[in-house]
Amino acid sequence: MGVTLPILILSIPLFMFLLLGLGGVKMSRKAAGICGITGMGTTMVLAYIVACTYYFSGDIAFIIDGIRQQYQVFDVTWLAFTEKLVVNIGFLLDPISALMLIVITTISFMVHLYSWGYMEHEPGFQRYYAFLSLFSFSMLGLVVATNIFQMYIFWELVGVSSYLLIGFFYKLPSAVSASKKAFIVTRFADLGFLIGILVLSFYTDTFNFVTMTDNPFEVLAQTHGATFMGASVLTWAMVLIFVGGMGKSAMMPLHIWLPDAMEGPTPVSALIHAATMVVAGVYLVARMFPVYCVVDTALTFVAIVGAITAFYAAVVACTQIDIKRVLAFSTISQIAFMMTSLACSRMGLVPEGHHEAYSGLGYMAGMFHLFTHAMFKALLFLGAGALIHAVHSNDYTKMGGLRKYMPITHWTFLIGCLAIAGIWPFAGFFSKDEMLAAMFNQHWFYGAWMTMVAGLTAFYMFRLYYRIFWWEENAEYQHHKPHDGPWQMSLPLLILAAISCVAGWIPFGEFVTWNGQEYHIHIEAPVAATSLIVAVLAIALATLMYAKKNPWPTRVKNMVPGLWEAAHRRFYWDEIYQFITHKIIFGMISKGIAWFDRHVIDATMDGFAKITQRTSVAIKGMQSGSTQAYVIWYFVGALLVAAITWICLI
Amino acid sequence: MDLSILWYLIPSVLMFACGVYGFITRKNMIAMLISIELILNSSDLNFVIFNRYLFPGSMEGMVFTLFAVAIAAAETAVAIAIIINIFRKIGNTDISEAKKMKY
Repeated sequence: MGVTLPILILSIPLFMFLLLGLGGVKMSRKAAGICGITGMGTTMVLAYIVACTYYFSGDIAFIIDGIRQQYQVFDVTWLAFTEKLVVNIGFLLDPISALMLIVITTISFMVHLYSWGYMEHEPGFQRYYAFLSLFSFSMLGLVVATNIFQMYIFWELVGVSSYLLIGFFYKLPSAVSASKKAFIVTRFADLGFLIGILVLSFYTDTFNFVTMTDNPFEVLAQTHGATFMGASVLTWAMVLIFVGGMGKSAMMPLHIWLPDAMEGPTPVSALIHAATMVVAGVYLVARMFPVYCVVDTALTFVAIVGAITAFYAAVVACTQIDIKRVLAFSTISQIAFMMTSLACSRMGLVPEGHHEAYSGLGYMAGMFHLFTHAMFKALLFLGAGALIHAVHSNDYTKMGGLRKYMPITHWTFLIGCLAIAGIWPFAGFFSKDEMLAAMFNQHWFYGAWMTMVAGLTAFYMFRLYYRIFWWEENAEYQHHKPHDGPWQMSLPLLILAAISCVAGWIPFGEFVTWNGQEYHIHIEAPVAATSLIVAVLAIALATLMYAKKNPWPTRVKNMVPGLWEAAHRRFYWDEIYQFITHKIIFGMISKGIAWFDRHVIDATMDGFAKITQRTSVAIKGMQSGSTQAYVIWYFVGALLVAAITWICLI
Repeated sequence: MDLSILWYLIPSVLMFACGVYGFITRKNMIAMLISIELILNSSDLNFVIFNRYLFPGSMEGMVFTLFAVAIAAAETAVAIAIIINIFRKIGNTDISEAKKMKY
């Protein structure tokens, strides 16, 4: 494959960012919108061509003996600090990066198109499209990174574009603080990532993914069993790298920024905070997967964090009123699902004589869910955007009975809900089934726990669905009749809904597995049946409770008032952070440091200044203006010098 | 009878001392200028003396003195110009009245 297409895929969004960012002020809204959309459309087509070439061409560079290869389209030296510390920049094609190319460009194009309708009347329309292009560029650069340092650079770039887009409505104080919160929390996590990178590359002497993952046991051997605080350095490195992923993917306890990030425009939430950027952590773990496999502790850590986060977010999602918050917590929960699935995977090296199930299943399933989740969660977010566009409120209490007014939104949203709940034959069913099967393979506890989370998912999604589209019609509709959005908004909904219907039938295992070897997906009947029954029961419960207005939800709420309140307040995580940052860090540690700064460092500098000033005041009388006085001083001085010289000579 | 170097150096030192004394005690700027000339001439004299006694074969000291005399003439012209300007400003040439330039 030539380098033209890959370079174009990266440079078109970058060019669009520069064009719209610098020249946007002079452009009309329509011109800016068309520029952004055509740019992204072209990128999407090119990305499809590249991905399809990779998957289907059968070229010896891409597939050898049925095993898909990692192919570096180009990899050039960018910064050479020392002989060892060399940062390359390149374009890596392998099963997961090709997959991500498809996911990112598809969702990004849908969001570009959707925003044309959604953001129509917002000031700063051109700026918005510029930032979207910047984000697309950074995200594409992240997934095709050939080395971990390039990934880190683009990792920070997506962080910046996320910050810019969350704070897009910069006149709202809540949006500004949300953007700051997102940036600071993820930056804090990235510190761990950077330390992890440095530790890992110190021992492996390379940043390159291919070299690193090609023979992970060699990587392990290179550390010579070095340990730090009871764990091997490699474990530390991998856990620290995962901390970076935790920040971006909103795993507990670094999840606090994602619900607040919903202050940004809704299409942005669909693109960045549901489908692409937040799965960067999953992608990172998948990218480093072979290395993770040789340090079991790190993988167990990932699995536990994922399992706890999935449950926590699902419980919180059951009690939120803001529809975007429900979707945000749902995203956290689903990403945690993918993380756990990945961490329940091992290299498919089944020992002789064992007839265990394919242990690389979790990897494939996690990636599969990443793909399907991106589609239906983007659909749900865009649907939520259409609702907010129509009702001008984020709260479902202002909605209800909307199915008659907004048929397109209603049906597509329902498909999204069915997909995420895991109902056959929608996309989520297949990926969730594979994930649960992988978890049961690893340990029955993970499987059972996650099946419960899947049930909760179905419950809160249908609670949301019924509260929006059924329940009781809001009386305000008489004055202001809600309606479906313009075609730019409906078309992406329909396309994404269609994808959500069929995506599950893709033989995903043939495209993406941990080592590129083909794997035939087959439905694990007991697992599938259990999860399906749980989902149907949860939906039935939601139907009973929320289909029509009734006092049961309030009664249930009053039965467990403490729990409900705690879940509604997200189990006080924000308050805990507030306490730690303000009371402990600002109030105690920072005060001591500030005292030291003021009374020691500043005081020393002030002392120098004072001494200089006093001395000059004391001796300034010598500059009297009388020429002859100077001559006397000079003469005395000369005599002194002469005398001293004379004494010294003798 | 050959005179020793001391016979030449003593007048030179005396001239230098007179110059310094005059420069410090005189209040008239012209007198101060004359004192400076005395100092300068004493050092010129030293050049010649040392050339004559220490390096009798060469002429550098003599030549240098001629240059110094020429430059001293130019320098005197500049000094006179400054004194005239000060005279125009304050009406006399008393150094104790030209004390504006201080801290």
